[in-house]
Amino acid sequence: MEISLTLNGKTVKAQIAPDTLLLDFLRQQGCLSVKRGCETANCGLCTVFLDEHPVLSCGVLAARAAGHQVRTLEGLQSEAEEFVGFIADQGAEQCGFCNPGFVMNTIALLRENPDPTDDEIRAFLSGNLCRCSGYEGQLRGIRAYLDWKKKGGADRGE
Amino acid sequence: MLSIGQYVRAQSLEEAYTLCQKKSSVVLGGILWLKMQNRTVGTAIDLCDLGLEGIEETEEEFRIGAMTSLRALETHPGLNAYTGGAMARCLGSIVGVQFRNLATIGGSLYGRFGFSDPLTLLMALGAKVELYHRGVLELEEFAALPFERDILVRVILPKTTKGAVYLSQRNTATDFPVLTFAAARRPEGLVCALGARPGKARLFRDEEGILAGGITPESAETFGRWLADQAALGHDLRAGEEYRRRICRVLARRGLLELAKEE
Amino acid sequence: MENKTFKTVGKPLRKKDAMGLLLGKPAYVDDVTPRDCLVVKVLRSPHAHALIEEIDTSVAMKVPGMVAVYTYRDVPQKRFTMAGQTAPEPSPYDRLILDQRVRFVGDAVAVLAGENEAAVNKALKLVKVRYQVLEPVLDIHTAKDNPILVHPEENWRSLCPVGADNHRNLCASEVSGDGDVEAVLASCDEVVERTYHTKACQQAMMETFRTYTEMDPYGRLHVVSSTQIVFHVRRILANALDIPRSRIHVEKPRIGGGFGAKQTVVAEVYPALVTWKTGRPAKMIYTRQECQIAGSPRHEMEVRVRLGAMRDGSIRALDVYTLSNTGAYGEHGPTTVGLSGHKSIPLYTGGLEAYRFGYDVVYTNVQAAGAYRGYGATQGIFAVESAVNELAARLGMDPVELRKKNMVREGQAMPAYYGEVAGACALDRCMDRCAEIFGWKEKFPVRELGGGKVRTAGVAMAMQGSGISGVDVGSATVKLSDDGFYNLTIGAADMGTGCDTILAQMVAECMDCGLEDVAVFGADTDASPYDSGSYASSTTYVTGKAVEKACGELKEKICALAADMLGCGPEQVEFAGRTVRRLDGKGQVSLAQIADRSMCGNETALQATCSHSSPISPPPFMVGMAEIELDRETGSVKLLDYAAVVDCGTPINPNLARVQTEGGLVQGIGMALSENVTYTPEGRILEDSFMQYKIPTRLDMGKLRVEFESSYEQTGPFGAKSIGEIVINTPAPALAHAIYRATGVWHRELPITPEKILLGMDGQE
Repeated sequence: MEISLTLNGKTVKAQIAPDTLLLDFLRQQGCLSVKRGCETANCGLCTVFLDEHPVLSCGVLAARAAGHQVRTLEGLQSEAEEFVGFIADQGAEQCGFCNPGFVMNTIALLRENPDPTDDEIRAFLSGNLCRCSGYEGQLRGIRAYLDWKKKGGADRGE
Repeated sequence: MLSIGQYVRAQSLEEAYTLCQKKSSVVLGGILWLKMQNRTVGTAIDLCDLGLEGIEETEEEFRIGAMTSLRALETHPGLNAYTGGAMARCLGSIVGVQFRNLATIGGSLYGRFGFSDPLTLLMALGAKVELYHRGVLELEEFAALPFERDILVRVILPKTTKGAVYLSQRNTATDFPVLTFAAARRPEGLVCALGARPGKARLFRDEEGILAGGITPESAETFGRWLADQAALGHDLRAGEEYRRRICRVLARRGLLELAKEE
Repeated sequence: MENKTFKTVGKPLRKKDAMGLLLGKPAYVDDVTPRDCLVVKVLRSPHAHALIEEIDTSVAMKVPGMVAVYTYRDVPQKRFTMAGQTAPEPSPYDRLILDQRVRFVGDAVAVLAGENEAAVNKALKLVKVRYQVLEPVLDIHTAKDNPILVHPEENWRSLCPVGADNHRNLCASEVSGDGDVEAVLASCDEVVERTYHTKACQQAMMETFRTYTEMDPYGRLHVVSSTQIVFHVRRILANALDIPRSRIHVEKPRIGGGFGAKQTVVAEVYPALVTWKTGRPAKMIYTRQECQIAGSPRHEMEVRVRLGAMRDGSIRALDVYTLSNTGAYGEHGPTTVGLSGHKSIPLYTGGLEAYRFGYDVVYTNVQAAGAYRGYGATQGIFAVESAVNELAARLGMDPVELRKKNMVREGQAMPAYYGEVAGACALDRCMDRCAEIFGWKEKFPVRELGGGKVRTAGVAMAMQGSGISGVDVGSATVKLSDDGFYNLTIGAADMGTGCDTILAQMVAECMDCGLEDVAVFGADTDASPYDSGSYASSTTYVTGKAVEKACGELKEKICALAADMLGCGPEQVEFAGRTVRRLDGKGQVSLAQIADRSMCGNETALQATCSHSSPISPPPFMVGMAEIELDRETGSVKLLDYAAVVDCGTPINPNLARVQTEGGLVQGIGMALSENVTYTPEGRILEDSFMQYKIPTRLDMGKLRVEFESSYEQTGPFGAKSIGEIVINTPAPALAHAIYRATGVWHRELPITPEKILLGMDGQE
């Protein structure tokens, strides 16, 4: 069947099978940042925005997304760039495989709640698994970013 | 692996109902559970274009469209005000925000899953479900029915309870629950629901009047023991029967005491 | 201890690939290899033990798009090992790509290749197999000398004297010791004798096993794999396919985590077989379920400890016996078991008069175990540290004081650690500092909160190694390029740890340049100098030393060419980072000029390759302290605070060292509290997904605090030892200790779930 949807601001038309998952569709469209880590919707690696809500792209049929807006990390580079440097400054990106899903969901968190507590950050990101970093460095990075923003978000000191 | 022959966006409830009569068809709330079942689906019927998303609040009730996400329920100010935050407590431990943005209340309830947190709370709160064919019935009644080919249109939550609590026991923070407990003060008296027994939620009333004199540490403890004896508890990968028995007593006692504090 | 200040080493610099990864740039196997290739899947056995009586692939092949289905009849019959180890491997040669005998639920039965995933999925269901179902060996206690043999085949081979005997279901067996352990135990006031049980935990790295293979323009098998061991993969594939190693070229892109899982050739053989036979590119991506049931998890171990001490707390004897479950195949079986004693007992060198360490590694019909961070030390340390904590409780002695009384000290020779000397050891400072930052005095006492809740603390210390003594080889090539920048080529594998970056930091330190002036390439069996691979915590210590040596040689060569340009002898110039200058001040040349000079009419290659191997494996040390809040009414444990102080020698990059530690702590917490492996009576694993196998989320750990107390290892680059594995070793014993403090019950089997905690208190006061 043919579907049409908006992907990172561009209209995309493609032939899909009725059971094509949005995750696989997005990777076929070249959005290689979207990763698969499990089959049971537990890991969060495949997080994308569907009409600006963070969702698991493994849990959405591409057919369901037809007519809707999808955003992946490829389409959020400048918004991501502002904050991911703070994660890099912690070394908390590690293997990087969980990064795109984590970055997407953090952007979603901060859009909904620009000034979260540590507990709120952890709770919102609880669906993003990471096996390398132990989570603590990611929290430090987000906190450093938020502190920087509070101070006016000017010069990035190294 | 999920295999679907045909994907249809129903343009009316009638169309959806007709299509779902075929054995090989499935109504899609989300596909989260479906895709783990290794099924071959003939026709997948998507209800997403039927305007079944949204929470309407009136003086008397909440009308929750079946396609409303668990996340929307979790964050709804009105629902949380009405339930004293029990709605957020109930849903907030389910996997993650992204998961809850996809899981629909219709999909969660239709399966009448043992592990269902919302089934437990909504049952205690006296929620009703509106089925396209069968009409409106109490959630307690719906839970007892065998699987039928019908469409869940909305959940109706009458504003009749005064005070609600929700507790669950989990091995890890966002895992399936080992036991779920909800209690609410209905006009006719206190009711509680116990779920993940591992069986699906069941409603219990204070048949023996243990709480007739009010909720005290002693009466809450006694009620917890009574409940643990009444409930058909069992074992699964996550916990054994004896552990559930102990947890049942604890959750019931703690839940009731919390309910008492709310007044 | 040396006080050295470095310019680049020791600095918390960003990883070179950090921004690319964080911005989601394509970098992993499935991102950088063609999509147009055969999809490879494996049909897996539903039985724990069976013989394939008949297998009919004809119907499966009729599915449009199917290209090949291979069975045991289509593969070479020479057995090999999938374990990534220096050859000759201690692991037995007990594998075939496909075998007529299947030995665990999930074992490979057929390899399918098709043009698209749907075709292969359909074909999987259409392969007809008739099994002769056999009785499996599922109990580790009855595996040894069981009449049912996991490997009865004639061509099973053990290349090294590890005490293996396939006719006894033995993968390895040995006893070693020093002194008369029975006599010393007999003369002790207190003997703690306990048995501990750990399970076959999964690494659960986020990127599953995956490999792409194709034939290259030279007719060689080109392999792009998510692996830690490119050179071992080359050899193992050559063995498996029975082809010359010269016909194989292996490389790795960015990897989404390994933790030892990818130190075994888990997935590679299948697409390699397909490509070799069809000539077509092929790719296999393991599902998470396959990782959970047919990966290479930690060895299940039962460790019996007999610990003898006097009433004053002096620990005089340790007798450890490990029964290890290698599963259906022997990868890493003979080697992991050794660490359960050799990297636990030496912690108590201080007062030990005698020790004994014996073990048996048995074959069973469950998933073959492999290498997982800690590699046996984790299991042994859980046992020994728990026994020490129990001793402290019996003696009424503070467990921190007990350890300080007995712990190994810098300069001591460690009989139980191959006789090596603890040349750099700050374990004592780690203990003191950890107690200080954790607040041991305030947190160790049991604090009742009311409502059934109690707060307690537990402690454990740990060691590991740095590379495999006399075995691991690390190499590095450094060259000066155009414009005066450096290319560093390594064979070690960065699996997210950041070794590319820290090795570049070492180059930058040696060559007195910026980190941005060093470009890193690795690992590729054609282009890289030989390296055993990234495991055994060897990359910083062994490969790092090779980097240092190569830089030294390169500086000499640069100076030689520069001297030529300056019209003097090499002994009359000095290397000054961006320039080389005459000692008499009469001239200098820049690196860029030297590089230019080297590209025209030059016979001195400005490139140096060095290999390094160390006769010793200096242990890193650490202390971990955990504070929990335990709900005695439900058994729930809430992690409040975990403090860890690590002696890894000089931390080359403190950020990366800290994050490594934090990551290891959380893996250890998972192993201790929630990661379980349960088998059905037929031998099938129930925890075959992330839905059932619960690794910690960010809500399952409290606060983590990591600090470093550095010793200075003379034989390591810039004083460094290692950190990669030790970090997972303290949580299980520290948490078991805290749980004991809260409940009065010692839990000796992992994971310690709320149910075990609650029901364990039955009968306690």
